[in-house]
Amino acid sequence: MDAANEQAQDQRDDTAVGDEGVVEELLVEEISIDGMCGVY
Amino acid sequence: MACVASTDTVMIAPFDAAQRYRLSPEVALRPEPFGALAYHFGNRRLCFLKVPELVDVVRGLGGHSSARDAVSGLPEKRRHACLRALASLAAAEVIVPDVAGSAEQP
Amino acid sequence: MTRAHDALSAGQAGERVPLLAEQFKGGLAAPICLTWEWTYACNLSCVHCLSSSGRRDPLELSTAEIMTVLDELAAMQVFYVNVGGGEPTVRPDFWDLLDYAVANRVGVKFSTNGLRINREGARRLARTGYVDVQVSLDGATREVNDAVRGPGSFDMALRAMRNLAEAGFGEFKISVVLTRHNVAQLDDFADLADQLGAVLRITRLRPSGRGADVWESLHPTAQQQREVYSWLLGHGERVLTGDSFFHLNALGETPLPGLNLCGAGRVVCLIDPVGDVYACPFAIHEAFRAGNVRSPGGFAGVWRDSPLFARLRTPAAGGACASCPAFSACQGGCMAAKFFTGLPIDGPDPECVRGHGEAALSLASRHEPPRPGKDHSHRDRTVPLGMPGLRVPAKPCDSSPLAAAR
Repeated sequence: MDAANEQAQDQRDDTAVGDEGVVEELLVEEISIDGMCGVY
Repeated sequence: MACVASTDTVMIAPFDAAQRYRLSPEVALRPEPFGALAYHFGNRRLCFLKVPELVDVVRGLGGHSSARDAVSGLPEKRRHACLRALASLAAAEVIVPDVAGSAEQP
Repeated sequence: MTRAHDALSAGQAGERVPLLAEQFKGGLAAPICLTWEWTYACNLSCVHCLSSSGRRDPLELSTAEIMTVLDELAAMQVFYVNVGGGEPTVRPDFWDLLDYAVANRVGVKFSTNGLRINREGARRLARTGYVDVQVSLDGATREVNDAVRGPGSFDMALRAMRNLAEAGFGEFKISVVLTRHNVAQLDDFADLADQLGAVLRITRLRPSGRGADVWESLHPTAQQQREVYSWLLGHGERVLTGDSFFHLNALGETPLPGLNLCGAGRVVCLIDPVGDVYACPFAIHEAFRAGNVRSPGGFAGVWRDSPLFARLRTPAAGGACASCPAFSACQGGCMAAKFFTGLPIDGPDPECVRGHGEAALSLASRHEPPRPGKDHSHRDRTVPLGMPGLRVPAKPCDSSPLAAAR
């Protein structure tokens, strides 16, 4: 799942380097209500 | 929209881990198999909390003197990711500063 | 931006946070949005109506039954319902139901052709808590609009919109179904929305309901689809699409914003006026019926236990499309569009931008398309707005969608 799941969400800043210098995952993701088919 | 978020013209303060926060009263937090969905009725934004650990922290925010204190119970290696998540939630106004210390436990 | 879905957090030994789209595909505790048609009655007879509406069904949910379902939705923490029909404001209890939902913390977004949005109605809406209004319009000019929605419909919609603006309602939506005849008016729609302080929403025409009868002549041409795609890329911030154009993603490198996946039975579903639950508003057919809210388990039982929904929530192989390089962008397109054009669900979308759909449609061996599951159309399709039809009514609801409920 690659380009198809890219979304222009302003909360997402991809990976981040934490204090320990390792790559972290995002634990929160925002989804636009408009961005799901069948959702108004 | 008939109900307009009151923060229309007010800048959202940057996340401050030393501040006490609470779940916004305008947010519904719904448990899901993976964690939770948070829907803000004022700004219509929808956030996914992707791990249950984060959901527990969010629910317990009002009972701690600061956000940093709220994650202190987590293993050290997970605190930073959790604080970053809280910062995202603050930017979406899902959690808000609890200045008066009037948070009810959700 | 790329997803960090393969990265592991140092602290989460061996666990990874699943990709969001994967979590969606597995199903949720409750729909994110559920579409609920409150009546099949309608004052209009739009040629492409996805629910084949017009005449009220004698078995429609009563006021009490709707409130019972709303109680269920509140308990499930459904955030809001997307109410439509037919024309939902035809129901005399519409306003009370709206208030009841909002009072129980279930938001309401509703679609309307403007029928009851007079000054009083607009002011009432402006005073109500969480409510969003979406006015349907399929032409930026009376000529283009009324050819699809009937004489007088353009004026009625514009009047409703002006009433909302004057009542201080705030941002409402103008919802446009894109057709061959209004693609050229995209800029005009955007201007109209700006003038009225509204947000423009454009959605895809699907061969559902009466749409099946007009789809061949009304759906945008391949060239027009390319125009829509590039227009959306240029105007993305101002325009909503409900993610309904993700089948166009295969046209270019830049994906349109959105999850780009079918939410039927996973993120969304439909409750129809008699309480039947379908996977999606565009799939009103027995093949996609999951149950009925009047059954003992109510709506929650259907959402959680329906075998149809369990099947939809199981990741499916891509079928004939899986080997196409564009598959990850278009995800095989719209299930309902394929079904109602007689195409296999695991094959190309009828509007596949690579032409695979057209090729499949031209095969002599393809099935006769299924007919819509229900038809509540007015018997006389050319009933002028506001006048009863010239025929002997078999039931009160035949003569007027406003006939008293049972």
